[in-house]
Amino acid sequence: MTSPTIAANTRPWLDPAAKPFISIRHITKRFDDVTAVNDVSLDIFRGELFCLLGGSGCGKSTLLRMLAGFEVPTAGQILIDGQDMAGVPADKRPTNMMFQSYALFPHMTVEKNVAYGLLREGKSKAEAYQRVAEMLRLVKLEQYAKRKPHQLSGGQRQRVALARALIKQPKLLLLDEPLGALDKKLREETQFELIRIQETLGVTFIVVTHDQDEAMTLATRIGVMDEGVIRQVGEPREIYEAPNSRYVADFIGSVNLFEGKAGPAAPDLMRVETGDLGPVVVPPVEALVQGQNVWLAVRPERISLERHRPEGRANVVEGVVEDLAYGGHLTAYRVRLDNGRVISVTQSNRLRDEDPISWDERVFAIWQPGAARVLTK
Amino acid sequence: MKRRGWFLPITAVLGFVFLYAPIVSLVVFSFNDSRLVTVWGGFSTRWYGELLNDGQMLAAAWVSLKVATMSATMATIIGTLSAFVLTRFTRFRGKLLLTGMVTAPLVMPEVIIGLSLLLLFVAMELTLGWPAGRGLTTVVIAHSTFCAAYVTVIAQSRLREMDESLEEAARDLGAGPVRVFFDITLPVIAPALVSGWLLAFTLSLDDLVVASFVSGPGASTLPMVIFSKVRLGVSPDVNALATIIIGIVAVAVTIAGLLLRRQMKRS
Repeated sequence: MTSPTIAANTRPWLDPAAKPFISIRHITKRFDDVTAVNDVSLDIFRGELFCLLGGSGCGKSTLLRMLAGFEVPTAGQILIDGQDMAGVPADKRPTNMMFQSYALFPHMTVEKNVAYGLLREGKSKAEAYQRVAEMLRLVKLEQYAKRKPHQLSGGQRQRVALARALIKQPKLLLLDEPLGALDKKLREETQFELIRIQETLGVTFIVVTHDQDEAMTLATRIGVMDEGVIRQVGEPREIYEAPNSRYVADFIGSVNLFEGKAGPAAPDLMRVETGDLGPVVVPPVEALVQGQNVWLAVRPERISLERHRPEGRANVVEGVVEDLAYGGHLTAYRVRLDNGRVISVTQSNRLRDEDPISWDERVFAIWQPGAARVLTK
Repeated sequence: MKRRGWFLPITAVLGFVFLYAPIVSLVVFSFNDSRLVTVWGGFSTRWYGELLNDGQMLAAAWVSLKVATMSATMATIIGTLSAFVLTRFTRFRGKLLLTGMVTAPLVMPEVIIGLSLLLLFVAMELTLGWPAGRGLTTVVIAHSTFCAAYVTVIAQSRLREMDESLEEAARDLGAGPVRVFFDITLPVIAPALVSGWLLAFTLSLDDLVVASFVSGPGASTLPMVIFSKVRLGVSPDVNALATIIIGIVAVAVTIAGLLLRRQMKRS
């Protein structure tokens, strides 16, 4: 994926000679007989906002806790800015963490919470509180300095937690579900706030989240985790448009998956014989053997619905609208094909007064050859 | 409106009568003018006055207060540390044994606690030369031992409830483990420790059995003196003293309860 709007030097992961800022090498963590993190290797670059995305129990939080120094890896190595973290306790690491529960000290005021890290560093009170005032200005909480955490709203607590984690200017900030406890509206505002602060301070962020929209919005790159391993690492667009496996395709957004066998290799378009759709044409995929088992992933928004059979088009299937959900900016359809298979299609509602396709209508679903992604695992 | 049955109010009243009738009668008779404990001779506070002149009783009360304060303090320190070890250290050799030992005094008959401590003190005196004889020191040690069990249970439940990421956050911000304990853990569990201290104080104050075993000359606690007096015939000034003790205990227990409740509401 190349995107001309972003300059190459802001994407160091594209440069094979670039030196990673954080190097995670073959990290494994076992709890008794459960392997939480299994041989994970990952390079993260300075100034990145990297998202670890996965469901609960996928090992993302354990990985984060190993970076912070709360868990000791069973095997493997973690380097931060070239320094090996083995044997370095949490209080001596150049990292800070923002906890999912925020973990604000309930018996201290906002100001004291934020100052805590600086005072432990041996800074004088005067200097510490001056920096605290600056930091509280950055997160827009200057008038709440003397409050106790239980007198704040959820969003304010979140900002205190962020300020406290940033005050020591860590080389690496670890955020565990930073927006998880906020309601939807506040979460959207806070996402951009988080990006603004990250860009202002230039700190490298690693964010753990289970929310794919959050990961998409925030991240420079996303690592999709499942059962202790990283399934794919890439920019949000790459993860969404070019997933490397059925797991990733299915986990990020929704997708229609069709199983089939690859046809003969062809220069411009190749065929895939699917059980559900019959022959489908897709752009040629290298290193595909004829007859190999493949899966086609087609995003619902890449399929369009027509009332009449379009002429001269490939990839047309016929079915009946079984169900639809009107969602304002788009409508989600479930179309039952004649062989019983149900596919999902979303159509954006561009016109205000169009005659929408409705329940039980016979429709034709069409997609461009390039809309389908061919997956081999 | 929902009609309430008779059953619940009646059982409640009977329950309260069963629990509190003896105490109420004791309080009432402490204001009795008559020398005969069971005969009402009009209202008077003369037994409270006589209590003030009873040197033996006052000395015993002073001993009891000293013992209760010291053993409650020691029990709180020991109980807090053992609770911290039991909740925060994930696994270590002998953890199960320690858990059992710490909570044993809760279920062990007092007679056995008293007897075993007495045997220990005697053996220690013979081999180590300390504690020399039985007295205030041995009573304080004995009370600290069994009160620590109660404090441990209270502190343990509070530590379990406490969000451990608070401690991790402090570590993360550069505080060493000891610093974290005093900066974060202790202030957060402080209300539970206060109520633990108060509970230990009351337990020590009204212990008779253990004190009888391990006490020595010159260190008779209040319950011991009252018990020996009652054996010679009940004197009404005992009623007066008991009323005062009930008052102190009730206040302490109420404060402990309120503190615990406030803590629960907060978290």
